[in-house]
Amino acid sequence: MSSAPGGWPYTGEPIEVHRFAHGSRVPGWDSSVDLEKDPATIPDPATTEVPERVRAEIEAHMAKYPDRHSAALPALAAAQRHHGWCSPEAIEQVACVMRLTPGYLTAVATFYDMFETEPVGRHALYVCTNISCSLCGADEIFAELSELAGEDPDVRVRAFECLGACDLAPMASVDGVYVGPLRSEDLPGLLDDVRSGRPVLPEKQLATRLVADPHANSEDFPRPGPVAGVGVPLLPGMEPVATHGPGAPEADPGAALAPRPPAGEPGIADVPPHTRPTDDLDPRLPPSDQPRRVGGPEPLPGTDPQTPRSGGSDAPRAFPQSEEGH
Amino acid sequence: MSGRYLFADIDEPGLNTLAVYERRGGYQMLRKALQMPSEAVLNELETSGLRGRGGAGFAMGKKVSFLPKGALDIYLVCNADESEPGTFKDRELMQKNPHLLIEGITIAAWAARANHAFIYIRGEYAFQADRLEAALAEAVQAGYVGEHILGSELTLSLVVHRGAGAYICGEETGLLDSLEGKRGNPRLKPPFPAIQGLYQGPTLINNVETLSTVPTIMRLGGAEYAKLGTETSTGTKLVSVSGHVRRPGNYEIELGIPSREIIYGLAGGPPEGRSVKCWFPGGSSSPVLTAEDLDVRYDFDSMAKAGTMLGSGAIIVVDDTTPILDVALKTAKFYRHESCGKCTPCREGTNWTVKMLERIQTGEATPMDLEIMASVQEHIMGNCLCVLGDAMAMPIGSMIQKFRGEFEQVIEQARMARERVAQPPEGRRAGPRANSHESVPA
Repeated sequence: MSSAPGGWPYTGEPIEVHRFAHGSRVPGWDSSVDLEKDPATIPDPATTEVPERVRAEIEAHMAKYPDRHSAALPALAAAQRHHGWCSPEAIEQVACVMRLTPGYLTAVATFYDMFETEPVGRHALYVCTNISCSLCGADEIFAELSELAGEDPDVRVRAFECLGACDLAPMASVDGVYVGPLRSEDLPGLLDDVRSGRPVLPEKQLATRLVADPHANSEDFPRPGPVAGVGVPLLPGMEPVATHGPGAPEADPGAALAPRPPAGEPGIADVPPHTRPTDDLDPRLPPSDQPRRVGGPEPLPGTDPQTPRSGGSDAPRAFPQSEEGH
Repeated sequence: MSGRYLFADIDEPGLNTLAVYERRGGYQMLRKALQMPSEAVLNELETSGLRGRGGAGFAMGKKVSFLPKGALDIYLVCNADESEPGTFKDRELMQKNPHLLIEGITIAAWAARANHAFIYIRGEYAFQADRLEAALAEAVQAGYVGEHILGSELTLSLVVHRGAGAYICGEETGLLDSLEGKRGNPRLKPPFPAIQGLYQGPTLINNVETLSTVPTIMRLGGAEYAKLGTETSTGTKLVSVSGHVRRPGNYEIELGIPSREIIYGLAGGPPEGRSVKCWFPGGSSSPVLTAEDLDVRYDFDSMAKAGTMLGSGAIIVVDDTTPILDVALKTAKFYRHESCGKCTPCREGTNWTVKMLERIQTGEATPMDLEIMASVQEHIMGNCLCVLGDAMAMPIGSMIQKFRGEFEQVIEQARMARERVAQPPEGRRAGPRANSHESVPA
């Protein structure tokens, strides 16, 4: 029985590879390797030009580790910062300094999501579309942002896996700066900020956010102005916790929590009063500039009603549940 | 203190700087530990019963005691590659109190006799990594990290290593490969990292929260710390609550409180008029629980008894307006994207699970597909080098089990809609899949 091309036994006829309409998952399947080329060797330092800054940074990384290979990730990141992406040229430069083959580094670069193996825009907008964020409407935010960014070659909007900021959901990482929770109306401003190089949505940045736990910061801790975590406000339309849901718990959310440690905690009494919040807590807009604050906040049951609270500080922590995206 | 240890005064302005941290008693516990023999420090850790906060919940003291004795270089790696969907506790700790982590690492290094330490932080946490690096520079300057720390025998080098975006690098052996400058593929175990880990040397790997708890254990004493929480799940735990809750965020709780306290009491529960449909108790890798399980106590053993796991302590709440299919599809797509591709059951299993879920969504599925999907999950479990495949198989399997009716309803509705449109001849089943199957020559 004569065999068809590509059948068995192998006759030397070119094999026709059957492709699946839904696409293969084999990496590089569609962009074939040039088999005429010899595998690249470690680049010659005499003929490879490496920018001084990149070389210095890579060498500093290599010096930190017992084994120079460990510097591969930081070195590729340094080259990517310089070139904008892990171009063949960038990889060759890293390979030259680290004395590795470009093939090794290409294998590494293609594994990690944050290394770009194709030219991309200067600004990276990662929109988290994982479970928590998408429950809060991240897919819609991603679609809107992609549409608003349009064909702008400078801005790259990309759906990303969980960025570890589900408390800001839906959120995005704009050139490494976390902002959220994002609403449709924030997006034009966000893109304006990105394009003009301003800090992105300053009042929505992660750095300004206080911890959600209402009992995290002690009362004996002298803090100026807005008090973090005490009296978390509820937005209009939200009810105090205890009355919601089947078999809701007793009013005091802290009742079952850890017992107070013995008095005389070292160091705490020594804290002098602070005069102003530092970088963790600024920038705060005055209450009048807080666009999303409507109606008076209600204190949580079980929290201290005596504690003064000012408007804007806790706005980003409350969670306005909109209907969009459900 | 309000019963908070990791979150005590966490929002104090400037806590990330050495000056404020020292004023709050920072690095005193390092002094105390270095005056004790390292065996005594290890003994405190073992007595405390502290279980790893990264996901597996393995006793930290025991892990340290597995390290071989002798004149070997021992490595300590802090796993700060917090990528489990729903988890964001380490981010808050590293951003606001980086010195606590550095102090914890130094004490743990003394207990483990480690002399090289690494913090592997995910690349997306650029701000937090900057903070850690600044704090580390201060600590080195002040002599808390370096040679003969505070005049003791302990010499420790500490490096902040930034990853580049890969979930699998949170798996301990994948992390080690990545830290060695390779693709982050997991390794075969055994040998376990405690025997042969980073650079083939004995390696202790712990989560950020675990190591940040070490100074608290030194302050309270292991026995006193063990009084917190339950007998087998001691201490306090940070839980990251997200999804359909009114106040998402990190909360420090004492292990063993009812889960309802966390979801309703602290996080405020789902928005008005909605109720809990299901929730992930420990990140997206944990089997889901339903509203009936809200009174299960939140500790390692109660969660295991309820058929799930505490994992990284990330609670994701899904309310009753969300189709379970959407949640399953999101979960499966994540693991498909993050599978490193080394082991076939995980690489193919995650891919086919996504395809089958998409068939349900597009209305091409039959009820038999649910059986196939459930059996795919069973065949992934335990058949790979690492647990990434299991991490998809567990939640998907539990969703199929607990919400089978809903899946079947979607399939049935799609079938009826299709029949109304297509009017299949002679009672044959319509649908693209059935047709394409029949057109394939035998």
